[in-house]
Amino acid sequence: MISIKNLHKSFGDNVVLSGVNVHVSAGHSLVVIGGSGTGKSVLLKCILGLITPDSGTIEVNGINPNSGNREAFLDQFGMLFQGGALFDSLPVWQNVSFRLLQGKHRLSKDDARDIAVEKLRRVGLKASVADQLPAELSGGMQKRVGLARAIAAEPEIIFFDEPTTGLDPIMSGVINELVREIVVEMGATAITITHDMSSVRAIADEVAMIHEGVVQWTGPIGNIDSSGDPYLDQFINARPHGPIESVR
Amino acid sequence: MSNSVIQVIDGFLANIGRTVLALFESIGQLVIFAALAVSHIFRPPFYLGSFGRQLMHIGFFSLPVVGLTALFTGGALALQIYSGGARFSAEAVVPSVVAIAMVRELGPVLGGLMVAGRVSASIAAELGTMRVTEQIDALTTLSTNPMKYLVAPRLLAATLVMPILVFIGDTIGIMGGFLVGTNRLGFNGATYLQNTWNFLEADDIISGLIKAAVFGFIVALLGCYNGYHSGRGAMGVGRATTNAVVSASVLILASNYILTEMFF
Repeated sequence: MISIKNLHKSFGDNVVLSGVNVHVSAGHSLVVIGGSGTGKSVLLKCILGLITPDSGTIEVNGINPNSGNREAFLDQFGMLFQGGALFDSLPVWQNVSFRLLQGKHRLSKDDARDIAVEKLRRVGLKASVADQLPAELSGGMQKRVGLARAIAAEPEIIFFDEPTTGLDPIMSGVINELVREIVVEMGATAITITHDMSSVRAIADEVAMIHEGVVQWTGPIGNIDSSGDPYLDQFINARPHGPIESVR
Repeated sequence: MSNSVIQVIDGFLANIGRTVLALFESIGQLVIFAALAVSHIFRPPFYLGSFGRQLMHIGFFSLPVVGLTALFTGGALALQIYSGGARFSAEAVVPSVVAIAMVRELGPVLGGLMVAGRVSASIAAELGTMRVTEQIDALTTLSTNPMKYLVAPRLLAATLVMPILVFIGDTIGIMGGFLVGTNRLGFNGATYLQNTWNFLEADDIISGLIKAAVFGFIVALLGCYNGYHSGRGAMGVGRATTNAVVSASVLILASNYILTEMFF
């Protein structure tokens, strides 16, 4: 369970989050939507402790990200980054099994490679990809490798930062389907950030829309078309005119 | 005094104040970064594979540039000392002065500057790109401390390998002086080597190697610091790389003076 209360974060004079409240129950998939620069990625980074919020509380299964054992805290998470964030110098299989090769409970290289190949297969990639370098893969394949890395250690919580950005519609559909299947299959708690409404409809149990530093609307995916919220209506219907200014 | 003059002076002083404060802030951040990085060198887990790769990258692959620099510097030094010494009928000092100058000063400083150009830039560009492409954030989410995985091995490797690199450079530099001395200036080979050996003291070599270790630390520290705190985009990485080379070079020259005063 993830609970965020009254979260504030500014960068200099730029107020990004000004009192965000979010709750995600265990095993649920929350999709966070909102315009560019509204603080969606900052929210994820605050939860992971990569950015320290100015005020507010974050609890993940009752634990604050910056208290106690950071390594144990982060062991609960898997994350798919927007650009993949694959390590250039390592072959694909070492990227996927990176976490399995570190720490006190590290596996042997052979076992880690077997798991990496299995996870690659799970995201629709052949075993032959395992020995390639990330730079040799297409954007869609890199996303899938990132996805395989996020699920390699079977984390309880998975974050997806714009999983379909920059992909063609078919590949976006494939990634959406994979994300949904994996979340259901693993019973993981998921938070996804996206602008892509097809992703929202494919992945979400719940939706939260961030606008001007606060959660403008939140509710089940089934209510998204009948919310009556003018901000949400403008966003999901991609209308240039409405309460959200098109020039920010 | 009119209000406008007071405002101009006020603005001028405020600018100086801001610059000084920013300078102290940067120095403070660098010192904290260095202390944190050094503390990670001594605390497990240790990434030996990464350490080994850095030894090769920083040490072995810098050998050609350090060796060539030393070779030509030693040769040029022999010519200059011969030319200067001739004014006092002291041409015979060429072997000993080449050796002392190479070992105490030119070997470590020129080696340090060449490695700063090659290694600081490469570390800053690599870490800067990792920062921009979120690879450093990815490391953290994979329960791996980037300071431990990226910074500590580079810092340790550079500090340990630089003295070896400079020792080899010193030898090649003396060899450069020897080649010029025997082929161009008419020195007898055996006498040249004998004079080199007789006038060189252990303290000369040790002080040069200590300097080299300090310069290695500076090169890696400033490469890592600037790369780790790189700004966004290609411009951010470019600026980090430039800052790394310039700041490492200046700090090498400044610390060289301080170390020379200490060993004087």
